This record gives sequence, C-alpha cells and structure tokens, in this order.
Amino acid sequence: MAGAVSTPRAHTTVIRFDNVTKVYLRGARPALEDVDVTLERGDFAFLVGASGSGKSTFLKLVLREERPTAGRIHVAGRDLGRLASWRVPTLRREIGAVFQDFRLLPNKTVYENVAFALQVIGKGKRQIENTVPETLDLVGLGGKEKRMPHELSGGEQQRVAIARAFVNHPPILLCDEPTGNLDPSTSVGIMRLLDRINRTGTTVLMATHDEQIVDQMRKRVIELRDGRVVRDQLQGVYGLETV
Amino acid sequence: MRLQFIASEVWQGLRRNATMAIAVVIVTFVSLAFLGSAALLQMQVTNLKNDWLNKVEVSIFLCPDVSSVANCASGPVTKSQQDAIERVLTTGAVSKIVKSVYYESKQEAYNNLVERDPDGVFSQHLTADAMQPSLRVKLKDPEQFQVVADATEKLEGVEYVKDQRDVFKTLFQVLNRATLIAAALAAVMLLAAVLLITTTIRLSALSRRRETTIMRMVGSSKTLIQLPFMLEGAIAATLGAVLSILGLWLTVRYLIEDWLSTQFNWIDYIRASDVFVVAPWMLLIAVVLSAIASLVTLGRYTSA
Repeated sequence: MAGAVSTPRAHTTVIRFDNVTKVYLRGARPALEDVDVTLERGDFAFLVGASGSGKSTFLKLVLREERPTAGRIHVAGRDLGRLASWRVPTLRREIGAVFQDFRLLPNKTVYENVAFALQVIGKGKRQIENTVPETLDLVGLGGKEKRMPHELSGGEQQRVAIARAFVNHPPILLCDEPTGNLDPSTSVGIMRLLDRINRTGTTVLMATHDEQIVDQMRKRVIELRDGRVVRDQLQGVYGLETV
Repeated sequence: MRLQFIASEVWQGLRRNATMAIAVVIVTFVSLAFLGSAALLQMQVTNLKNDWLNKVEVSIFLCPDVSSVANCASGPVTKSQQDAIERVLTTGAVSKIVKSVYYESKQEAYNNLVERDPDGVFSQHLTADAMQPSLRVKLKDPEQFQVVADATEKLEGVEYVKDQRDVFKTLFQVLNRATLIAAALAAVMLLAAVLLITTTIRLSALSRRRETTIMRMVGSSKTLIQLPFMLEGAIAATLGAVLSILGLWLTVRYLIEDWLSTQFNWIDYIRASDVFVVAPWMLLIAVVLSAIASLVTLGRYTSA
C-alpha cells in the first residue's frame, strides 16, 4: 500500500521525459516534440508558454491520461510505457493534481472533500481522521472543516483542492494554472503554500501564465513553444528569451 | 471503509435516480414475469406429457363384423390374422420399440366402457357384441407411433390404427403456442429492460461525473469507481426479479393450486414449489442483464 512518500529512495529522479513526442492527429503538428526534461525530488519548476504550447499535454502525459507517440516517460520510478492500465491508479496515487477550476464536490464539506480522496483509495477511518485535520491545518483552513465550498473564497477553495491533492503525501504535485482564477494577493498566498509543500520534499510542477508569480518565485522555468522546450533555466523569470 | 463507501454511493445513486430505478424494477418485473410464465408453461406441458403419454397407447383396431374399410372386406378378423399381427409386433423389427401388446376382446372393451360411464347412453344400449376387438400397444417411446402404424396398417384383419396422442395434440399445441407468445413478449420486454438499465446507469454516471473524475485523479481503482453504478443497476433488476418471482408464486399458489385444480382435478398441475425451480434462473438473468448493460455503458463514461 502506498504510504506517505513511497517512492524508493534510489529514485531521486521523479519525472523524466526522454525524446517525447506527442501527436494527437496523424499528420497534424505535434503537441509536444522531442521533449527532454528531468525533475528531481524536491524540485520546484514552472512550466510556461502560450496557450497551445503543450503545457497541458505535458501534464496529461505525466498523469498517463495520454500516451506519448514516441519517446519514454518515467514517473515516480515507473516506466509509463510498460505500465499496465490496471496499474495506472497506483501511479496516480503518487501524483497530486490541482486545477484552475478547483474541482471540489459542491455537496460535501471541506473536511469531506479532503477525506474523499483518502476514502476512495481505501484508507482506513483512523488514518483519515488523523491526516485530514493535519492537512487542513497545513493549508491554513483549520477551523473551516464544516464549511461548504460555496461558503469559501476562491483562494480558500483552491486551498481545499491543494489539501485534497496533498493529503496522501504524494511525491509529486502537478498544478495546472492554480492561480488562474485568483486575484494577485490571493495568488501569493497559494504560492507560499505550494512553496511550503515543496519544502517537505515534494516535487512541484506548475503550469502557469502568471508572469508576476514566476518572476517573484525565482524558481526553475521550463518554457514550451509550439511543443518544444525552448528554455530550461534554474531561477528563471517568465519572459526571458532563450539564451 | 470501502464497503461503507460503496453502500452509501449506491444508496445515494438510487435515491437521486429514483424514478429511473423504479422504471427498471417495473420493466424487469414484467419481463421476467413473462419469462417465468413461459418456463412454467413448459413445465406444465412436460408434466402433462409424462402423466398422459405414459398412459396412452397405440390402438390397433381389428376388423369388426361389419366394416366398410377395404382391409376388412373378407369379414371379421380371424385368429390367424390376429396372430400374424401380434407376431409383427413382438418379433419383427418393430418389436424393438414395443413395450407391451395386449389383446382387448369385445367383452373387455364392453366392460371398460361400462366401468368408465355406467349410466351413459352407450353402456345402456350397446352389447358386448357391438364392440370391436383391438390390440393395445404400449411403446417405449410414444413418439414412435408412425413406425407401428406403417408396419401394421396394411396387414389383413386391421381396420385402422389410432394414436391416442391425437386427443392431446391440440391441447399441447395451445400450451406450446402460449409458451412461444410469452417468450416473445419476454424477449421484447427484456430488451427494453436492458436499454432502460443502460440509460439509468448512464444518467447516474453523468450526474456523478465530478466524483468519478476526482476518483480517477486521486488513483481510485476502476472497480471502486464503477462498482456503485453496476450495483445500482443490479439491485434494481434483482428487485424486479424478486417481485416477478413473488407474482408467479402467488399466481400458482392461489390461482392454480387453490382454484383451478379444484375445477379440473384430472390434470396434474404444476405446484407453487415449481416456481422455485425457475426462480434462480430469473435472478441470474436479471443480474446478467444488468451486467451487460453496465459493460456497454461504463466503459464510455468512467474510463481513464
């Protein structure tokens, strides 16, 4: 059973793309072309680029919602090309995912929304009762367990979504435009939270359009343009051109 | 935890989709009631066949004193003709399918007639002499009548050969056709049931798309994602099957056992306990139907 951070210590590389190409329609322009990217344990990286540059495809390939047309992908010690489809759920337990639209269950409380993620992977009652409040405290929602999603601000809703993604302590956290629906000051709070999670050793990969945030954080920046990696820079900023 | 989770999902799903679930229950109820009726009718037919066909015989009527049949032109059957006929039945190729041969004399025929209907017109006015002698042939397999008829019909001294099964033929035809009609209706209704279950599951899956999306995202197993939907369909269909079993049981118990069998008591009727022979199959069909519907639907709505 996947416990907290269950990736074997030997694998310090948590995501590796080797010459990955993804073509959705035969003959069409590839969504990703010959991409080589490696993320180590504890990395924090922004995935930037215009709409249609391949960011979403990159994330879908990591989650194995899509499969590459060519090249190999390793995630959390697994070769995704050889991963049987019935094993995909075990891969997804190693990855927390956060989206622009939060994707909370409107008829469940904050607590229930987070607990749901543990329930549906068969965690025991005791573990849920221990982990959920802890995680809600971590994301700064202690005391709001009984609120319904519609009673929360956008920033708070995104914190619930992050708590849900992180409650199982996955080694990887994928964020797809997590601040896309939030105002700048709220976004800063969310970024602080992601940074805190990153410091626990979790690899965070965040696709974003938010220049301000990328510039402020001074983290690794991987820039995609027309499906190709045009920049992979440590402590980068959003707009810098290829060196 | 998982069981509890599945149970609560199923319960919520059924409640949210109550109208559809009820529709599934009703349609499976009606369709399986037809199917069960068809099966019970066939059991009744088999009952009757076993009961009656073992008793029926092939009657080879021998030439009486006066007959217009060409075979009997030479007058009533003689002892040597009768022996020749019996030899064909007991030693020839036909003997393999013959169980027993019994000679019924005029007097015996008369006695039987009087015994059957002591006050009837015939017993009052006929004499033993007016009766006709016959050979009563029991067959190992009553269906082999034609073989015996072909072998004896043209022999001298035989007036005609009669298959007593003819008496029941019409009745069996009626019962068999009723079975066919019930089965055809059952087939149509079962198709409707599958389509309805499919729609129900689809609606349920669509209305819980948020949940299933999140479940996939956090690494819930396919079984856990799909099982609640499958169970919803299966529970509704099983409930329909149980209702139809109950309906059939009540029908047989009160309509046939308590009423019909007192009206026509010479028939060996099916009993209420016979419903339980059919019942497991009805339950199985309900479950299989909902499984088919689930397989058709769920792949598309909850897959990774």
